[in-house]
Amino acid sequence: MSYEEDVGRLEAIVRDLERDDLDLDRALRLFEEGIARLRTASAALAEANGRVQELVMAADGTFALEPRDN
Amino acid sequence: MARSSARDELGGAFDDDVLFDASSNTAFVDMTPGASPESPLAVHDLTSAAKDLVEGAFPPLWVRGEVSDFKAHRNGHWYFALRDAQAQVRCVVWSSQAKRLPAPPDDGMQVVALGQMTVWPVRGDLQFSVRLLEADGEGLWRKALERTRLRLEADGLLDPSRKRALPAAPRTIAVITSADGAALHDIITVARRRSPAVNIVVVPAKVQGEGAPESLVAALDRVARWADCDVLIIGRGGGSREDLWAFNDERVARALAQCPVPTISAVGHETDISICDLVADLRAATPSAAAEAAVPSITEQRARLRALGRQLAATAQRRQQRVTARLETTQRRMVTAAQRVTERRQSRLSNGAARLESLSPLATLARGFAVARTAEGATLSEVGAFAAGQRFELWMRDGVVDAEAIGTRARPGASGNGSASGEDSA
Repeated sequence: MSYEEDVGRLEAIVRDLERDDLDLDRALRLFEEGIARLRTASAALAEANGRVQELVMAADGTFALEPRDN
Repeated sequence: MARSSARDELGGAFDDDVLFDASSNTAFVDMTPGASPESPLAVHDLTSAAKDLVEGAFPPLWVRGEVSDFKAHRNGHWYFALRDAQAQVRCVVWSSQAKRLPAPPDDGMQVVALGQMTVWPVRGDLQFSVRLLEADGEGLWRKALERTRLRLEADGLLDPSRKRALPAAPRTIAVITSADGAALHDIITVARRRSPAVNIVVVPAKVQGEGAPESLVAALDRVARWADCDVLIIGRGGGSREDLWAFNDERVARALAQCPVPTISAVGHETDISICDLVADLRAATPSAAAEAAVPSITEQRARLRALGRQLAATAQRRQQRVTARLETTQRRMVTAAQRVTERRQSRLSNGAARLESLSPLATLARGFAVARTAEGATLSEVGAFAAGQRFELWMRDGVVDAEAIGTRARPGASGNGSASGEDSA
């Protein structure tokens, strides 16, 4: 699950929870998931260790990321 | 000068004098090629010599004229005439050169052509072999762009509904550009500044010159197959129209349209609009602007997360308030219903009491009547129940009178058989 997916899911959860026709049990589960996603996403932001790499394709068509000096 | 050059081209080791002697002295047969009926030249030798001679006499030249009778041959060569009011010259663009030109010219187009004056030996025709062709007002470039644009449009690739939204919080950004260009440096600098959390994956490609379109298509293909990124930036820094031309290549545009993640195109400067710009999900004016558009600043992202957290808490609060309100309402309704039931009962009770009251003999006493009763509590309601000297009680509104019957008689005006006896006893 990527940061973007976490945040996207979080937004969907908030949207769902803002609807009135949700039963309490489901709402509670959504809320718990929302909190979990919020934690994960916040932690990812805090890491702040983005890298600059180069996409390299091997002869067998597989991909690897190699570090770049930048 | 020209004649001696021609003789040189024909490979003759003769000079003017020999030629002169050959025409005046029939006994001497000059076997130099072309010098006598006995030594005729092949036509091909003649035209080939003319070709060499003409090519030697003219350096490559720019010529202005109007294009007419344009024909693109199956084998890729282009043929046309360049002319003005006084003259015309046949022109050819060999396929190897034609491929480098943006588009074929149209008849009637004013052009300047860089070419080599020559002779086509097969026909013996004078021919201008064109290497570069520029139409007035950059007509060929515009024509080429327009042709590509129309083809892409016909396939729906320029449809605004195809445009995808950029991810709000990308973690990994792929960048297709020259590995050593200023564009890459700008993109990395801006992206890092905006968010140190973002990953940048460079996919190097040749962005100008021979093979650039193929290199860009290959890079796009790699990104599509790898696909482990959230957004793609493709572009390069500023340059001449020719330098930027690979980004107008139809193959590149089509590969870009196939990209599985949202794309940002940043080709050249503000004013340069490329075909890639039209196909990409977003056109950025410069590579720096592309990085800015691709990477939300980390402060923005933090704010966004905080806002989402608040929204989440608010929904929980709202839901709780709703539940509480519902409970309260229900409670109120229950109380009201219970009260109503009690009230109904009470009113029934008091109705009953009133009716009971009205039925009570005590009520009759209240209105001023008295009731005669025996000491045992039996009601004495008929004259016949009395005997003279009998003791009885008279129940009044406010108490009891002990009484004794003196006698009985009928009440005046009362009918019935009891009256006579009443009269008798009274």
